[in-house]
Amino acid sequence: MGNSIEVRDLTLSFGSVSVLKNMNLNVEEGEFVVLLGPSGCGKSTLLNCLAGLLDITDGQIWIKEKNVTWSEPSERGIGMVFQSYALYPQMTVRGNLSFGLKNARVPQAEIDKRIARAAEILQIQPLLDRKPAALSGGQRQRVAIGRALVRDVDVFLFDEPLSNLDAKLRSELRVEIKRLHNALGNTMVYVTHDQIEALTLADRIAVMKGGVIQQLAEPLEIYNRPSNLFVAGFIGSPSMNFLKGRTVDGGRAFQFGSTKIDLAGYEGGAVLERDDAILGVRPEHITVSTTPLAGPSMPAEVEIDEHLGADSLLWLKAEGVNMSVRVPVEGRLPPGTKVHLGLDIPKASLFDAKTEQRI
Amino acid sequence: MADVSMAAAMTGPRGAKPKKRLTGRNIMLYGTLLVVCLYYLLPLWVMVMTSLKGMPEVRMGNIFSPPVEITFQPWVKAWAEACTGLNCDGLSRGFWNSVVITVPSVILSIAIASVNGYALINWKFKGSDVFFTILIFGSFIPYQIMLYPIVILLREAGLYGSLWGLVLVHSVFGMPILTLLFRNYFSSIPEELFKAARVDGAGFWGIYFRIMLPMSLPIFVVALILQVTGIWNDFLFGVVYTKPDLYPMTVQLNNIVNSVQGVKEYNVNMAATLLTGLVPLVVYFVSGKLFVRGIAAGAVKG
Repeated sequence: MGNSIEVRDLTLSFGSVSVLKNMNLNVEEGEFVVLLGPSGCGKSTLLNCLAGLLDITDGQIWIKEKNVTWSEPSERGIGMVFQSYALYPQMTVRGNLSFGLKNARVPQAEIDKRIARAAEILQIQPLLDRKPAALSGGQRQRVAIGRALVRDVDVFLFDEPLSNLDAKLRSELRVEIKRLHNALGNTMVYVTHDQIEALTLADRIAVMKGGVIQQLAEPLEIYNRPSNLFVAGFIGSPSMNFLKGRTVDGGRAFQFGSTKIDLAGYEGGAVLERDDAILGVRPEHITVSTTPLAGPSMPAEVEIDEHLGADSLLWLKAEGVNMSVRVPVEGRLPPGTKVHLGLDIPKASLFDAKTEQRI
Repeated sequence: MADVSMAAAMTGPRGAKPKKRLTGRNIMLYGTLLVVCLYYLLPLWVMVMTSLKGMPEVRMGNIFSPPVEITFQPWVKAWAEACTGLNCDGLSRGFWNSVVITVPSVILSIAIASVNGYALINWKFKGSDVFFTILIFGSFIPYQIMLYPIVILLREAGLYGSLWGLVLVHSVFGMPILTLLFRNYFSSIPEELFKAARVDGAGFWGIYFRIMLPMSLPIFVVALILQVTGIWNDFLFGVVYTKPDLYPMTVQLNNIVNSVQGVKEYNVNMAATLLTGLVPLVVYFVSGKLFVRGIAAGAVKG
């Protein structure tokens, strides 16, 4: 399958401030790509550039093998869903859905057909003659998705569509969007700052920071093998434990304070001996034991024990550094308990402290 | 035991705290309001009463007393018979002139200013902020400075002394404040609506007429009130830029009240003044209601 969206060397600056820097991104036909990052990272800006709502400074944007760099938003073959729904308040749901089609001079019979189909897919048939003010948040967002749907386009752009909804509705609609993607097979680009949405929805995630894509990979790859410190720290809750130390013994071990951790089984490049290294271990890749462990381990002391329902979080201090560990509910330990931590080295990440890149 | 303590607890103060009506604070508050009210209403009372008296009764002096014999003759005279110069058709001529001046001026200025505000917010162009700053600066320049230059401009354009010249002047002078008004209102409409409309293929005018306009009734009513009262009450531009045939009602009123020949007919003057002020008053009452309804409709939500 070919590329549905190609961004080539895209640069966007406002005066002397550059928002997107020399960006390249290929989205395959039918792929679900999530742009993920903290606020101000340029993810929504990139989406607006794709939609043609912002004029870019340099580079090209191709959609469906067509150079749309200078095209109007309506000519790009995209549908867009906004965070605030952006429904036209004075029109009924039907009016909202047909507005774009009427502008494009689609015949009335065809309009009716498409609205009927979209309403059926999104189950909004009973709402068609209501005004947006008479709809709930979830219903409004459904209509907003419908407005993209009736345009019969190949590419859907979502700009934080679920951020205005409460937690329960959010997870419901998240599943629905996934279902929609499976059913329609459209290319979708989805902007969010919510990593759960990103991890659950995406075929691939582009983690962005400072107008640059830090890593573009499948969700599990991003989670398990973050390419740099930023990605490692941004994905995962609570975030990855970072142990500052150095690699010794020709790169076969990691010296953390007075503890030496064997790196056997680490999946990565040549570790070598480095003076400044950071070992990153996720809270769920650490085991806690009250007795000394075989294999790589370190002593620690429990400080706080948080019960989360399904499991609990232990906050510990090891070599003077705060760490979090996810343990089963049965594994709860009172504060002050002296424990040994076992690290799952094959699932850990090692970073160069200077370049912040994964080793 | 529990019942007894419960009953005891219920004997004290309970429910809403009683409000005292005649407190010192309330007496001060309503007393002041009453005095201020009288202060503002007294002139109106004098005007209405005087306008309903015949001249002999006016001469008796008691300006606060109601008429012994009610007559509408002063109103009829003010409207249709009072003389200014050679014309003796009262205020009616000025009324229709004012209508003919106000209607196109209001429509033209609101139409242009609303599009200005819309373009300045949603279709920013290079220098749009500078343009806006200059426009706003215009509202700080006293009219008198521009009075004579505009006479020359209108003369060169062949519009001096004509109705359309005055309409043009009113439209131009309304522009700064109206543009500011519309720009600020449109800036409160979520930008995503505008973006959605662009993705839906609507252009500059399509978005203006089909998205922005239907959402902006309240601000149009505000602009309408501002312009109708402003232009109707204008005296300076009316007297400077038109000729006697086209004098607006305010100028006509002045000429009736200040005519030096004959007896001062206070009753006719009062009636004429009330007649002139009637139009802005009606606009306030009618569109004020519309204005509240426009806000209450809450069409902007969602």
